[in-house]
Amino acid sequence: MNIHEYQAKQIFAKYGVPTPRGIIANTPSQAMTNAQELGGKIWVVKAQIHAGGRGLGGGVKLAKSLEEVKTLAGEILGMQLVTHQTGPEGKLVQKVYIEEGADIKDELYLGVVLDRAKEMPVIMASTEGGMAIEDVAHNTPEKIIKVAVDPAVGFQGFHGRELAFGLGLAKEEQGKFIKFAAALYKVYMENDAEMIEINPLIKTASGDFLALDGKMGFDDSALGRHPDIEDMRDISEEDADEREASRYGLSYISLDGEIGCMVNGAGLAMGTMDTINYMGGTPANFLDVGGSANAETVAKGFEIILKNPNVKAIFVNIFGGIVRCDRIANGILEATKLVDVHVPVIVRLDGTNAPEAAEILKNANIPNVIAATDLADGAAKAVAAAKGE
Amino acid sequence: MSILVNKDTKVIVQGFTGKEGSFHAEQCIAYGTNIVGGVTPNKGGQEHLGKPVFNTVKDAVNTTGATVSMIFVPPAFVADAVMEAADAGIELAVIITEGAPVRDMQAAKAFAVKHGMMTIGPNCPGIITAEECKIGIMPGMIFKKGNVGLISKSGTLTYEGANQVCKEGFGITTAVGIGGDPIIGLSYKQLLPMFEADPETEAIVMIGEIGGDLEIQAAAYIKENITKPVVAFIAGQTAPAGKRMGHAGAIVSGGAGTAKEKMEALEAAGVKVVVSPAEIGKAVAEVLKKK
Repeated sequence: MNIHEYQAKQIFAKYGVPTPRGIIANTPSQAMTNAQELGGKIWVVKAQIHAGGRGLGGGVKLAKSLEEVKTLAGEILGMQLVTHQTGPEGKLVQKVYIEEGADIKDELYLGVVLDRAKEMPVIMASTEGGMAIEDVAHNTPEKIIKVAVDPAVGFQGFHGRELAFGLGLAKEEQGKFIKFAAALYKVYMENDAEMIEINPLIKTASGDFLALDGKMGFDDSALGRHPDIEDMRDISEEDADEREASRYGLSYISLDGEIGCMVNGAGLAMGTMDTINYMGGTPANFLDVGGSANAETVAKGFEIILKNPNVKAIFVNIFGGIVRCDRIANGILEATKLVDVHVPVIVRLDGTNAPEAAEILKNANIPNVIAATDLADGAAKAVAAAKGE
Repeated sequence: MSILVNKDTKVIVQGFTGKEGSFHAEQCIAYGTNIVGGVTPNKGGQEHLGKPVFNTVKDAVNTTGATVSMIFVPPAFVADAVMEAADAGIELAVIITEGAPVRDMQAAKAFAVKHGMMTIGPNCPGIITAEECKIGIMPGMIFKKGNVGLISKSGTLTYEGANQVCKEGFGITTAVGIGGDPIIGLSYKQLLPMFEADPETEAIVMIGEIGGDLEIQAAAYIKENITKPVVAFIAGQTAPAGKRMGHAGAIVSGGAGTAKEKMEALEAAGVKVVVSPAEIGKAVAEVLKKK
């Protein structure tokens, strides 16, 4: 789960990670009131959407008067903000964060993620603040300092010194920076974060470090013990179909092809998409119906897949293990009664009791249900059906 | 022969009396797995599925001499269960539970390693030595005894792969589902040398997916150390970047962990890489015939 910048900054503040002062607004007049309350002469109006690159897309603007805050907020609120992470359709801006202006002397990068190879959180810092860290990693990897922290002992002085010296900080700057990094590590651990990114982290003219931006993602498996973070969920940022699917224990991701896929198991679901692609077709979605595929989950799967108007055929690929194929076959037949399936459905059932399942499908004799013998056969038939053959 | 487990392996079940634990323990016993008891706090002294129940893993180990534990406890308690097993001297914990927090698994694995306990999973189908010992949730009947070792991040692709291998007239020595979480126990790099050393294993099937770099590490290891033929499939060639594909660890982030880079690394290491899982069986037949 991801949260907005202003929410990340609320969490930062609780842990003593310094940020500029700011107030969230839903309307232009509220934005102006916020700016007045913050005081000062310069404010930043920032679109709140779950995507990076907001500045380049025109979602972050500097205002030099209260009137300008109002005008800019009016422009940004309600816009479809397009960035390199939103896709061409962009994302609707529903909130703007009004923040006091900062006197930027230098821009740095600081982030925390899990290093899967080391199996520890790694703190990453760079002097190349304000740039996409993926690009820095690709073009100038030597400009990224990485420090893995063993959670058994936590953040130590030497971790801080490695980061501070690596960034070339002056002696009088080191203490403040190390405190900042230590606090950020604590934010990461105590909230079961999956990643934190501050880009840029700024050094001000007065020698302070401030999180000018803040991005946080969380481990979905740990949200149960963080109800305060679960409360920060913004449903409007999530795909409605993916969300509905997850309510039924289905894992769904929509893609832009023509063949709907319904598969048990994430690996086989990806493998099915790959096979369709290999055979010259295009998958319309990833859909894992989980270990216990039954009539209800299959019916729900059909319903979600068929919401996508591009779907020209559906490939049901189930490897029945503990759940027997004959039961799944009956479930599919039942599901076709519950949902109006108007495209050809290619069904491949393999594993326990597969011959019995084939018999059931054959005897049912439903015109648009086509039985397949194995994965390759099923994928080939689905590709042909999608082409109208 | 086989790796890690066989018909003599003494197995206990943590979360023995729960719904999942009961169902699958019963299936394992029916398969022939030597399940010697189980652990459920406050149910010690009872009998379940004809086996003794203990309050603690230590009690279970002391009484039964078990060396392997199959773990079914709910996600919030998995780390505790794994650490208890390690502390009690269990040699291998097979963690079936799905949805364990990453931070918990990080701590549990570090603790297990410190205590010399191997782990498989979490969020995996488990391990099976064909026709001898099934510790997990896989359908036992598709694993015929044979000469092919299998390592897979995905449950249903394990079944798919094993089924194809058997349909080609071969069979399985041991199949290990290692799971697709960001932090897992035994991985390709630790399991490959076991299959290399197993005299009955003549070929190895390796099934990976997008995310992380375990397959890349495996490729480097295979190049230097593995003489037996390896067939590999990497799931997620058509997966969009930045999207989590079902498994918590199956995500291409920052352009790293793509199927393409993994397939190229494996090919460069002399592995026979197939582009569709439908080709696994045929590829195994091919490499075994060449031998």
